[in-house]
Amino acid sequence: MTVLTQVLNGLQLGSIYALVALGYTMVYGIILLLNFAHGDIIMAGAYISWIVMAQLGLGPVLAIVLSVAGCTLLGVLIDKVAYAPLREAPRLSILITAIGVSYFLENGAQLVFGADAKVVPSYVDVGNVQIGAAQLSTVALITVVVTVVSTAVLTFLVQRTKLGKAMRAVSEDMGAARLMGINVNSTISFTFAMGSALAGIGAVLYSMAYTQASPTMGIMLGTKAFVAAVLGGIGSIPGAVIGGLLVGFAEVFVSAIGLSTWKDAVVFMLLIIVLVVRPTGILGRTMSEKV
Amino acid sequence: MTHSLSRRDLFKFGGLAAAGLGGASLLAGCGGTSASSSDKTIKIGVLGPFSGSVAQYGIACRNGAELYFANNPSIGDYAVELDEQDEKGDATEALNAYNKMVEDGVIGIIGDVTSTPSIAVAQASVADNLPCVTPSATAAEVISFGPNTFRACVTDPFQGKVMADFAQSQGWKSVGTIYNNGDDYSTGVNGAFVEEAGKKGISVPQQSAYQDGDVDFNSQLTTIISAGVDAIFCPNYYQDDGKIITQARQQGFSGPIFGVDGWSNIASGQYASAADLQNCYYCCSFVATNEDAGVQEFVKAYKEKFNEDPTNFCALGYDAANVLAQGIKGALDAGGDPAKDDFKQAVIDQIAKGKVQGVTGAISYDGTGDPVKSTLVISFDADGTEKVFTTIDA
Repeated sequence: MTVLTQVLNGLQLGSIYALVALGYTMVYGIILLLNFAHGDIIMAGAYISWIVMAQLGLGPVLAIVLSVAGCTLLGVLIDKVAYAPLREAPRLSILITAIGVSYFLENGAQLVFGADAKVVPSYVDVGNVQIGAAQLSTVALITVVVTVVSTAVLTFLVQRTKLGKAMRAVSEDMGAARLMGINVNSTISFTFAMGSALAGIGAVLYSMAYTQASPTMGIMLGTKAFVAAVLGGIGSIPGAVIGGLLVGFAEVFVSAIGLSTWKDAVVFMLLIIVLVVRPTGILGRTMSEKV
Repeated sequence: MTHSLSRRDLFKFGGLAAAGLGGASLLAGCGGTSASSSDKTIKIGVLGPFSGSVAQYGIACRNGAELYFANNPSIGDYAVELDEQDEKGDATEALNAYNKMVEDGVIGIIGDVTSTPSIAVAQASVADNLPCVTPSATAAEVISFGPNTFRACVTDPFQGKVMADFAQSQGWKSVGTIYNNGDDYSTGVNGAFVEEAGKKGISVPQQSAYQDGDVDFNSQLTTIISAGVDAIFCPNYYQDDGKIITQARQQGFSGPIFGVDGWSNIASGQYASAADLQNCYYCCSFVATNEDAGVQEFVKAYKEKFNEDPTNFCALGYDAANVLAQGIKGALDAGGDPAKDDFKQAVIDQIAKGKVQGVTGAISYDGTGDPVKSTLVISFDADGTEKVFTTIDA
């Protein structure tokens, strides 16, 4: 039964990476920006949950709603304030801006909330599920289900709606899309909103599993998710999910065989190998795959 | 400025100890003279991480030391002036801060707080023979470099041994461990525990390491739990331990989980829920609910000054300040002059032979910088309140 538990551990960890990787991949797909502030948006989401539940004493439902809404707003705001003025600037400028935004959020959080980790109270008191001889963590099961549903909704939005069509058009050719009467700026804002909403969901799931919010929590999470996005083929939605799960499973597998201190090394090695064999990542191919 | 920079570099790149010694004692001498002879004050350094990822320990120790000197603003005829330096949890920053303090002319330092920077400071301070009392650095090496460094807390190996004694007394036959491989404190305690457990016939089927900054311990815990252990030993700091306990309980492990003094704060900060903390234990030298009169007086004064409950680290900061202050007082009573360089040796001698009744127990030294102290084992009530489960004598 250990195997079943370990598989669930891998799915749980991989799901969170996948949700974050989706945000990276969507933003990259549309404006070719590696949004390094993405991990820090999750940090903001975790702090919102902490404020709502631990400080204001309000319920978990409100905490979830406000975390997701707060992340969405923050993502759009960051785009409007920091990235939109640089739309026509060289890509390096906007990349450096993203790093700056990331530092701004981390240090801002440390200034406002202090360096201590804040404990996010549990959203639901769930306990475990007994399947055969194995005790499975309900939090892990919830994480996996929420990720599957979120990915399905996202795929539907991108593939089946008008806004999704606009997003795909902008990602293929921004100039042509503008000529076709697509409002490029609002489409980009929408992309940031969706990516950040996923980060908000990720923040809730993360806080559920790991119960603490700290100013630097987004750094490693963001880096791993970035690896996942590149691994899967940056710009590709199914690629991000596959990459996330791959990174999650790799970490759990390495830990399970007793080499837990090699976890990060293995993840980054995996990235190098995939990039040598398939420079565009597992699913990264044509422009039409991009969002 | 150029002078101080070049000295810093000397320290940073080690090796040139002789040159460092000359420069440092010269400067310390000058600083001391100008500060103390004119206005009858002595400077005491408080070194710790007041920002960064381990800031909570540094701030707690600093608060404890500040409370001590607020209660005892002078030693003999000398008013105490605190020189507080932030090292951000980094060994290089700690050396810079240490050098700054030496330049400022401190006659003793309360600090450093965590093990890795404390080792760096202990190595550097030998050359200056500057009395240093670390409140909380528990790694064995901290006091090994010279007779000038003392600690107010007990050591890593000592805590590991105590918890092996405790595990035996509880009848646990098989114990799995999970520890932070990137931290001297965790690896030190884990090593000592495993060694002592082996001597006592407790089997350790699984030792799982994790990396600094990890948040997901599910995989390691699954491996440990499936090895069929009676208990899990978790000798890390409370932020990690809180997550480990929560995740172990999420996986359905209801057996005992126990650790060492890095756990203090785990209940008060709700790093793990009260329900999850049932059947959890840790050892420490201080707990705010201890009914001892001296402890209660300290807790009351601390609450008034800082408006929060003191942690183990606050109490150790207070006791470290006490140990250093008593040493300075002894040296002054014996006719020492803080302006002279041999005063530092006098303080060291006084600390080594003194006995201080601290809030973390009576502290004395038997020839090394390690204190002789008794240890409390703490457990948690249904509402998460800490209580003294048992006392293990030294």
